[in-house]
Order: sequence, then structure tokens, then C-alpha cells
Amino acid sequence: MKKLKVATASLAGCFGCHMSLLDIDERLFTLLEKVELDRSPLTDFKQFGPCDLGLVEGGLCNAENVEVLRELRRHCKVLVAVGACAINGGLPAQRNHLDVRECLTSVYGRTVPDDPELPLPLDRVHAINDVVKVDYFLPGCPPSAEALWHFLDDFLNGRTPHLGHGLISYD
Amino acid sequence: MKGTFTLDGSEVPFHEGQTVLEAARDAGRYIPHLCAHPEFEPHGSCRVCTVKAEGRMAAACTLPAREGLAVESATDELRELRRGLVQLLFVEGNHFCPSCEKSGDCQLQAVGYALEVRSLHFPQLFPDRPLDASHPDVLLDFNRCILCELCVRASAEVDHKSVFALGGRGIDKHLIVNAESGRLADTSLSVTDTAVGVCPVGVILKKGRGFTVPLGQRTYDRAPIDAPPEKAGKP
Amino acid sequence: MSPAELSQLLHRHHGDPNRLLQMLREVQAAAGWVSPEVITELAKGLTLPRARVEGVATFYTLLATRPRGEYQVLFADNIIERFHGSVALRERLCAALGVAPGALRPDGRVSVGTTSCIGLSDQPASLLVNGLAIARLTVERVDAIAALIGQRAPLDQWPAELFHVDEPIRRAGLLLGAHLEPGAAVRAALARSSEALLEELKRSKLRGRGGAGFSTHDKWRAARDAPGPTRFVVCNADEGEPGTFKDRTLLRRQLDAVLDGMTVAAHAIGAQRGFIYLRGEYLFIAPAIEAALAARRAAHLLGRDVLGRTGFDFDLELHLGAGAYVCGEESALLESLEGRRGIPRRRPPYPVTHGYLQRPTVVNNVETFASVAHVALAGGARFAELGTERSTGTRVHSVSGDCARPGLYELPMGASVRELLDACGAEAPIQAVQVGGPSRTLLSPRELDRALCFEDLPSAGAFMVFGPQRDLLEVVASFARFFAHESCGFCTPCRVGTTQLQGAVDALVGGRGTRRDVRHALRLCALMRDASHCGLGTTAGRPFMQLYEKFKPTIERSLSSLEFRPTFDLDEALAPARALTGRDDERAHLEDP
Ligand SMILES: Cc1cc2nc3c(=O)[nH]c(=O)nc-3n(C[C@H](O)[C@H](O)[C@H](O)COP(=O)(O)O)c2cc1C
Ligand code: SF4
Ligand code: SF4
Ligand code: SF4
Repeated sequence: MKKLKVATASLAGCFGCHMSLLDIDERLFTLLEKVELDRSPLTDFKQFGPCDLGLVEGGLCNAENVEVLRELRRHCKVLVAVGACAINGGLPAQRNHLDVRECLTSVYGRTVPDDPELPLPLDRVHAINDVVKVDYFLPGCPPSAEALWHFLDDFLNGRTPHLGHGLISYD
Repeated sequence: MKGTFTLDGSEVPFHEGQTVLEAARDAGRYIPHLCAHPEFEPHGSCRVCTVKAEGRMAAACTLPAREGLAVESATDELRELRRGLVQLLFVEGNHFCPSCEKSGDCQLQAVGYALEVRSLHFPQLFPDRPLDASHPDVLLDFNRCILCELCVRASAEVDHKSVFALGGRGIDKHLIVNAESGRLADTSLSVTDTAVGVCPVGVILKKGRGFTVPLGQRTYDRAPIDAPPEKAGKP
Repeated sequence: MSPAELSQLLHRHHGDPNRLLQMLREVQAAAGWVSPEVITELAKGLTLPRARVEGVATFYTLLATRPRGEYQVLFADNIIERFHGSVALRERLCAALGVAPGALRPDGRVSVGTTSCIGLSDQPASLLVNGLAIARLTVERVDAIAALIGQRAPLDQWPAELFHVDEPIRRAGLLLGAHLEPGAAVRAALARSSEALLEELKRSKLRGRGGAGFSTHDKWRAARDAPGPTRFVVCNADEGEPGTFKDRTLLRRQLDAVLDGMTVAAHAIGAQRGFIYLRGEYLFIAPAIEAALAARRAAHLLGRDVLGRTGFDFDLELHLGAGAYVCGEESALLESLEGRRGIPRRRPPYPVTHGYLQRPTVVNNVETFASVAHVALAGGARFAELGTERSTGTRVHSVSGDCARPGLYELPMGASVRELLDACGAEAPIQAVQVGGPSRTLLSPRELDRALCFEDLPSAGAFMVFGPQRDLLEVVASFARFFAHESCGFCTPCRVGTTQLQGAVDALVGGRGTRRDVRHALRLCALMRDASHCGLGTTAGRPFMQLYEKFKPTIERSLSSLEFRPTFDLDEALAPARALTGRDDERAHLEDP
């Protein structure tokens, strides 16, 4: 059987969702028999290739987040928002009632760096489905290893993923 | 007078004056709801208990039980409708569960789980709602208020203090407290008031009590809100 | 307001908490706003929780809980007004006065905001200044207003002509053409027993004109048969449905018929007291109503032993609303009459058994009471000769929009849409007609033979004509804004749904909409229809749903890309950070896909 190609990305998140993925422990081996990782914080690839599944952790804080997300969307058939930040902005979105200019000046003082290498922040933090079409949402902060495994297992076996008690969680 | 009606095809007994939701609850049948509470008069504002009775939608909490009434509740159509209502409640406020003390004991969350609400679907409104930490024993985090008025009702009817009320209209509707300063500290609220304990979500919080129950052992970790009554989480 | 003035105010209103809204209105009129201190004092004086008073003060559009200036200008933001240039006129006034829209000028002199339809769409554009209506706005009139405010001229020294409101009665019938002696219908009613009167009403088959078309006889009989010694009669003159103004005309041209009708109702059901709940925007009609009530008291048409009938005691009070469409819903109206936030009550029980102060109450529309006067005078059978089998009598239509002669048209029930279009000089091609206001029916040109009556097109009387030059999406967006502004906020679907729907429709108007917005909008419409607590929410999605059903190409044309587009302007979202850093390099921008 041809392996499914999976890419992952961490935008404005804390990497917790990726850690949770690693937490599926020995089932990682089962997983790796069926999937091949494309660009991901867990691999060295610099570009996304055509993928079957994209997993996104984190919301959209800045221009770079938006660019990476769109790149990924362009390359994958099914895109999944993984975790609170991707789904509703999460912790970073707690700044949304503040003016982004005030945020920047209170961090940097009067001289806010103008280095083109630094990604420019958006006025508000957004959930990823504000910018691209999202096919599935996997809530949790992070989603538990169980929930992630359950989802992947369903997905790999062509079942509609379904999260029951204990697997669906917002925290 | 007594009688029976049917809920999703099976019979539910009721007695005079009961609503569909009350009779269902007595019979151990779960209909999702947020603003209804057994100790208080039906309110009918969250609409999460919407059912279909003889082809017409109605809130089960205010629908009088009637002999032979055929009530539908656990249908795909109604689950979808309730999901929409829960999503609207989420996008209206600022709900960041991972940092909320109520998480795991919160009814909004638990109803969301029971309905398998996985996304917000609608754009978030991100209102600006400053906290009120003025009171020595009680914190108010308005970001999570779902405007169910349980605290309003409890403070007026049980505590006889009317500490809480609603102000504004439409999407600007918000909880207010009974003080010219607008500060909770300047009201007669006491931490032992009934109103302090009734909030189904994480607005009215006792200070210094947060995060005491370990993950996995909180109310709705133990059993989902829609579990049969002997198992179901009691807030 | 000084403590002495406040205590006088409380005294005038007998310290009656039911009169709280009336007191707040007076505070607003006297002080220009309702300050936190006044709220505290009123609460003390009425022994109400302070938060309850604050809750009421913050519910109504025409009460300000922050200073809004010596001159508070509110432009009617109805779609008809917009099509008559209200936006440009508002901008002109703002520019002339040097004030930002919606804000208070720093010197505290003036603010210029918007409000919902104020019942003058037959003479647009229009505004309220400190609660008083000014119609037929033009550049010249706006400049005159700016000058008067600039000179700080007191309102009572403004030219009276500015405040003149026309009553363009284009076609009069049974109601608008009548010349009734005050009390004639009461005399006729008193010649019959209350039972005989109810029978006459039954024979007339009169149905309520407020929109729902409930049988007036059934309502009155239920109230009469309800237990308890006290009963009330309430005239619903809230007339908040955008595009409706016929109650305004009836109150100004046929007031005695309306008051007769209410007195007849009192006789029929055994009521001792009644109220006229007049929308706050019709403040300019209030003095005439007060004068008529005084005249009727002097003529023994009100008060003890009305017309000498021993034991028939009945009096009427005028109550003013303060800017809340939802208070037209009868149970919200009763809440408001009792001095509370206008939140529709839970039903059952209904007002006929548990109305004002939980006593049996009939609430009827202005036009219903005017019709009652004619039933009492000429008998039910005569009345039923007019109209159709199931919709008897006449109907006063409030016609506005793209036609040569906007105004009032009284036609027998059952007249066709086309008939009315011809009468008002609406030129073909017609793009659409909105019958009954936003909460009712959007008609396509294929439906012009439909009948204006309860069997086919129930309506509260509004009739808005839209010519081919109009953007129907803009119309629907205006209606969405209306419902979002007027939702009372009690129940989830309407409170949040109306605002979400406004967002989705605005995106379509702005050309940013996608199929996803259309899907969201339709889902919201269904959600509000199925789950809302009152008629406002259940109908709030109708304009969009009907646009989708009947004018799909209008929506299709507006869609930007077919499937997906960001919900916000990405490049715009970087603007604040760009400005702060002074960056303009390639990475400081994001393009739409
Ligand atoms: C949101 C809403 C607004 C309403 N506004 C009015 C109104 O302005 N005037 C009116 O007569 N009826 C209005 N109604 C209808 C009233 O609830 C009520 O049915 C009517 O006053 C009864 O009078 P009728 O039987 O004479 O029609 C409204 C209903 C709803 C749901
Ligand atoms: S109140 Fe409930 S839903 Fe809201 S943040 Fe807290 S736990 Fe989450
Ligand atoms: S604070 Fe809690 S109890 Fe009070 S209205 Fe808000 S959600 Fe309900
Ligand atoms: S439908 Fe709207 S207006 Fe009616 S009760 Fe609900 S929120 Fe209030």
C-alpha cells in the first residue's frame, strides 16, 4: 500500500500539539508504517510537497503564519486544525482586545524594530479557518495523544472521525 | 392531574404544571440546556433545550407538558440546531478554556462535548470585557458570561440582594452589578451567597479556589453531562 | 438634575416604579442624559435595586447614559432614507458642525448618530433632534439645522416649519375618510350590552391590524371571561416596523376614532384603565393626544361614569416609549409599560389573562381600535361587507420608496399589489416590493397579483417599492442592521445571530462574500427562525432567505471568489504594524489569494 503523505506546521502555538503527537508512543511505529512525513517541524524538508493530510497547530499571529498556512493549504488534500490555537486563536488571541500598536510599543519601547526578517504582526490573532478552508477540527489544548491517535486511525482507515467522551476536550 | 407524553418515542410521565424539561429531568432523560435550573423558574433564554413538538420548535424548559404530546429531542436536526446555539455562545464571548478555572466543571463546555462541537464555525466577536477583581473573595470574569441570568435570579429570589442585573440591549447586553461604581466590592455580595455558586460557566469565581481538582477528576471528566443520572456529572 | 427637581419628578409620578421609563424620559429631556448619580437617586426614591434602574436606562436607544450633547441628532437609518441620501446629509451635518459621526463634540455641544426608521419614510430623509422629528431633509434644511445648532438656538425657537410633518393621505376609505364626532362610537356601544357588542364584533370578523391578524372578538372575549376584577385596554402605537407610518396618520387625523375604539373596548371587556403606548419617536404627536384626553375628560368621555353610565369608569394614560422596536411585541410592551426592560415574556400565560400587572389585558393596534369605532357605529355586518371573506374591512398602507406619490392609501382588504403600485405611481419595471416591512415578505415582479390580506400577504401596513436601480443586497443589509440593532438580547439565536448575520451580509455587500458566507447566513436564518423566543428573532432572517429564494442572481453576482476567501482583509490587518515600523517591504504585505 502506498504510504499517505502527511505534513505538519506549527504557527502561533506552543508546540504542545506536536508534543502530544509524539505522545502516542509506540503507536508512532504503526503510524510510520502507514504515513510518510513531508515538511514538518519533525523533519528537515524546507518546502511542502503534495500531501494527503496537513496538520496545523497554532493560530495566525503574523504575516509569516499566514504564508506558511496558505502554502500548506495549497499542498494538502485534507487540512486539519489541531488544538485550541488553530481553532480559535487560543492564548495568543488574548491580546485581541488590545491595540497591536500598544502591544508592540510596550514590548519594544519607542523603537520598534523594522527588520524585514521579522514577521509583521496582524492587528488581531485569527483562527486558521478565517483564512483558509479547514476540513476537520481537533480541539484540545493540546488534544490528547488518545484523541490524535483516534483521529489518525479513523482517517487512515477511511472512517469519519468521531470524538466521544474523554476524547473531545477544549483544554 | 397527571399524564404522559412521549420523548423520542418513549413515554415520560408528568404532573400538573410541569414543563417538558422538568418532567424529562424527573424521568432521568437528558435534554441539553444551560439557563434552566431545577431551583428556579424556567427562563427560556439560551434556547439550547429547543425540541420539536408536533412539528413546531419550542424551548422544552417553557413548554408545558401535555397529555399525548409527541416531543422529539435526540434528532440530527435538533443536534445541529443546538450545536449552532452553543457555537454562537462561544463566539460571543472570550472562552479560553485552558486558562479557565471552571474548565472541567463548566456546563457550556460539557454541552459542547455532548454535542461534539469541535469548531466555532462563526467569526469570533472578541468583545472587550474587563475583569472585576475588586471584591475580596469573589472574582468576576465577564469574558465568559452567557447571560443566562441564573446569578440575577439567585441574588434576587434567594439572597434577596439583587446584586446582579442585565444592562444594555442586543449584542451589547451585559451583566451589571448593583453599585454606582460598577464594582462588585461596592455591592452587598458575600461569598456565601447562592448567586456565587450558580454560574454554569466561569464568570463568578471564588478567589483562591482555582485548579484544586486534578485533571481527569473534574465533574465532566468523570462522566459526560448527558450520561444517565446515576453517573452524570453534577456541577 | 438637582435633588429638588428629582424629588419633584418622583412626586409627580407618585413614586410609582411602573412609571420608571416615563421618569427616565423626563430626566433625559431635562438633563440631556441619565447620569449614574440620577440612576442612584431614582433607585433610592423608588426603592428599586439600582442595577434594575440602570438596566432600564441602558435598554432604550433614546435614553443616553453618557453625555451626548445639548443637541442630540439621530438620523433615521432606514433603507428608504438611505436611498434619499441620508448618509450624505448626515456627513454634511457632521462636517458643518465639526463632529465625528456617532461621537460627542469635545465642547459637549452636539452629537450626530443614527437610529432605526422613525416613521417618516413617506417624507425622507428624516432625523430626530432631542427626540423631535424633522422630515423632508434637503441640503438647505440640513444647513439651516447646522446654523441653529451653531448659534445655540433653543429648540423652541427653531422655525416651526422645520418640525412640520405632512400627512399625505392619497386615498381615504372607511377610516381615513371618516368625520366622527368624539364619543359617537362610545354612545353607539353603550346602547348595547357588552355581550351584544361582542356579538357585533364577531359579526364584523375584524382581525388585528398589528400584523398577526388575530381575531379581535376572540381576544376581547377571552379577556372579559378571565377571572379578576381589574382589566386593562392597551393601544399599541409603537409602530416600529421600518416603512410603517399609518398609525402616525391615524393618531393625527383620526385620534377620536382610536380613543373611541379604546373606550368601546373598555365597555366590552369591563376595563377601568387604559394606556396608549406611543413610540418615543412620535413625541411630536404627544401634545395633541394629551389635549384630546383632557377634552374627553371634560366631555365625560373619560373618567367616572362615562357618558353618564353609572359604574362605567374608564380613563386613559399616554405612555411614551424610548426607542425599542421590540416593545411593539405585546408582552414586551407590557413590560415596558411596567417600567422595565422591554423583554418579551414567556408564553403561556397570554396577556388576555395575565397582561399589565398580571391582569387581563387586551392589546390592540391603533388601526384595530379605529376599525372598532366603525363596527360599533355601523354594525359588524356593514363592516364585513368590505374586504374579503377572511379579511374584512380596509387596510391603511404606508407606501414609500420608488414611486411618484408616497403616502397613505386606504384600500379594501384583498386589493392586489399591482393595484397599489398603480395607485402610487410606481413605474415599471419594478425590481421588488417589500410588503409588511423587513419581518414580512419580499416580492419579486412575478408576484404582483398577490393580494394584500391575511389569506395571502399579512402585513402591518408597510409597502416599500424598489426600482431597478436599487441594490437589493443593500436593502437586505439594511434590514439585517435593523434587526441587530433592535434585538433585545434575551435569547441566544437572535442576540448573537442577528449580529453574525449582519456581518455575513455586509461581507456580501462589500464584495468580499463567498459561498461560505452565504451558507453561514442561511444557517443563521434557520437557527433564528427555529429557536428564537419572539417574533423579532423568528423573522429576522426572512429578508436574506427570501432574497436567496427569489433573487439568487443578485447574490451570485456579489460573490467574490467561488469558494473561499479570508474573512478579513489580510493586508489591512498588517497596516497598524506597518505604520509603526515604517516598513513597506514585500514581506510587510499580504495579498488576497
Ligand atoms: C417584534 C414585534 C414588533 C411588533 N410591533 C408592533 C407594533 O409596532 N404595533 C402593533 O400594533 N403590533 C406590533 N406587533 C404585534 C403585537 O405583538 C400584537 O400582536 C398586536 O399589537 C396585537 O394587536 P392587534 O390584534 O390589533 O393586531 C409586533 C410584534 C412583534 C413580534
Ligand atoms: S467558561 Fe467554560 S467554556 Fe468558557 S472558558 Fe471557561 S471552561 Fe471554557
Ligand atoms: S455570570 Fe454566570 S450565572 Fe450570571 S448571567 Fe453570566 S453566565 Fe449566567
Ligand atoms: S427573539 Fe430577539 S427580540 Fe425576541 S426575545 Fe429573543 S433576543 Fe429578544
